[in-house]
Amino acid sequence: MTTYAMVIDTRTCIGCGDCVVACKNENKVPAGLNRDWVVEATRGEYPNLETEFRSERCNHCGHATCVTNCPTGASHYWKDTNIVLVAAEKCTGCKACIAACPYDARLIMHPEGYVDKCTFCHHRVDRGLDPACVSTCPTRCMHFGILDDRDSIVSRLLRERRYKTLMPETGNDPHVYYLL
Amino acid sequence: MIEEVLVTARYNPKVDPSLGIWTWEIAFYLFLGGMAAGIMLFAAWAVLGRRENALAFAHNRFALWAPVVLSLGMTTLFLDLEYKLHVFRFYTSFEPSSPMSWGAWVLVLIYPLMLVQTLSTLRTGYPTLAGLVERIPGGAVILSLCEHRRRLIAWLVIPLAVGLGIYTGVLLSAFSARPFWNSGILGPLFLVSGMSTAAVLPILAGAHPQERHFFEITDMALIAVELVLIALFLINLATGAAQHMDALALVTGGPYTAPFWLWFVLPGLLVPIVFELAGLRGYRGLGLVAGVLVVYGGFMLRYLMVDIGQASTWTDYALQFDPQLLQRLMQ
Repeated sequence: MTTYAMVIDTRTCIGCGDCVVACKNENKVPAGLNRDWVVEATRGEYPNLETEFRSERCNHCGHATCVTNCPTGASHYWKDTNIVLVAAEKCTGCKACIAACPYDARLIMHPEGYVDKCTFCHHRVDRGLDPACVSTCPTRCMHFGILDDRDSIVSRLLRERRYKTLMPETGNDPHVYYLL
Repeated sequence: MIEEVLVTARYNPKVDPSLGIWTWEIAFYLFLGGMAAGIMLFAAWAVLGRRENALAFAHNRFALWAPVVLSLGMTTLFLDLEYKLHVFRFYTSFEPSSPMSWGAWVLVLIYPLMLVQTLSTLRTGYPTLAGLVERIPGGAVILSLCEHRRRLIAWLVIPLAVGLGIYTGVLLSAFSARPFWNSGILGPLFLVSGMSTAAVLPILAGAHPQERHFFEITDMALIAVELVLIALFLINLATGAAQHMDALALVTGGPYTAPFWLWFVLPGLLVPIVFELAGLRGYRGLGLVAGVLVVYGGFMLRYLMVDIGQASTWTDYALQFDPQLLQRLMQ
């Protein structure tokens, strides 16, 4: 299995939201729906505050509870990778996957009614390109690559920098990493 | 202090600001599924216990109610699907890790069993309907065969009906992403609640006094078990991880405190058990009111569970984006 990872540097992310716009353009996400979003997290007590920006999306989990809970096999792993996709032609819109996602990263595509989410732009990955959000980022804070490849940019960054994933305690094995 | 604020728009319908994907349709399905399981169990119990006189209603007439009740539940389940044309997709694959897939396939076993259980009671319970079936070529033979195999059918019903009743709880408890649901107690709790709502139906349907007496005592025992299971469920949350304790706070001081205790536990469990006791002592009117309250309580349990579970979450963003502002700009 090939494990793809996205690594986002919270020190250089400025929360501009270009990743959100790029995703909507690339994937023709309808108005009012979002596959990714930016969170501003502030910690501490005034005046000792610390702020980080995080571009968030589906974590393309190694143990994706949305996949295990899907009753029709519509939610699945793409080509023996950790990229989680939804096959619209198999989706009944039962919403079990939405309930199963601890990151609330899924949405209902209206008016059709199937469930949709970030795909890591697998159509671009298939052509050797980065996801649209990564390509667009003006501060180059987003990186994408194969985790199993020691020489990839994501492996190198995770070796050299401190990082975190979101709520690893869910046991879902998320693959979006945030550099601290 | 930690404050996490969304700085870009995220207002996905039914997901933001808090999950609201499942409403009354799913609650109704879980409620009716549990009730159907209870009906099948009592109808089978009456046969296996050879109680054709003492439990005449359960023995001869109850079985027909199960497919009617379950079909009504399946209708509301269908109404909940966002992509209704794809409903057949439940039966183009079997996903062993998905409780919903198991449920879909268990129904394939349950429905034929319900049908033969009903057919086995038709001549004694519903002679007019039996007459209609007999007009169909081979109908009389099938009726006779089902009657002949009535005990075997009842034995088969027991494990499948228990499975159906437990399944309605497992469907929710399998979601680790929703801490309020993520308890193994939900399965037995929903089974017992389903049996309780089924037990009051013969009372409400006007079964004879001896049978009413049996079901009133049975239902009191079931409500007592249900109260114990609810206590265990809450203790389980109280002794869990931070997410479980946060989920418990929703019903112990949080926004669902009044609905849970005042709309469900009090009128749906505590009042009925007292009224049923009064019913046993000759106040028949109170016994009937208890029956109605038990049915109400059974639905409220599912309705609140579905609602509270969706309110319990791992994520906790403050939404800065207000879609109403965007709509005002577009006007």
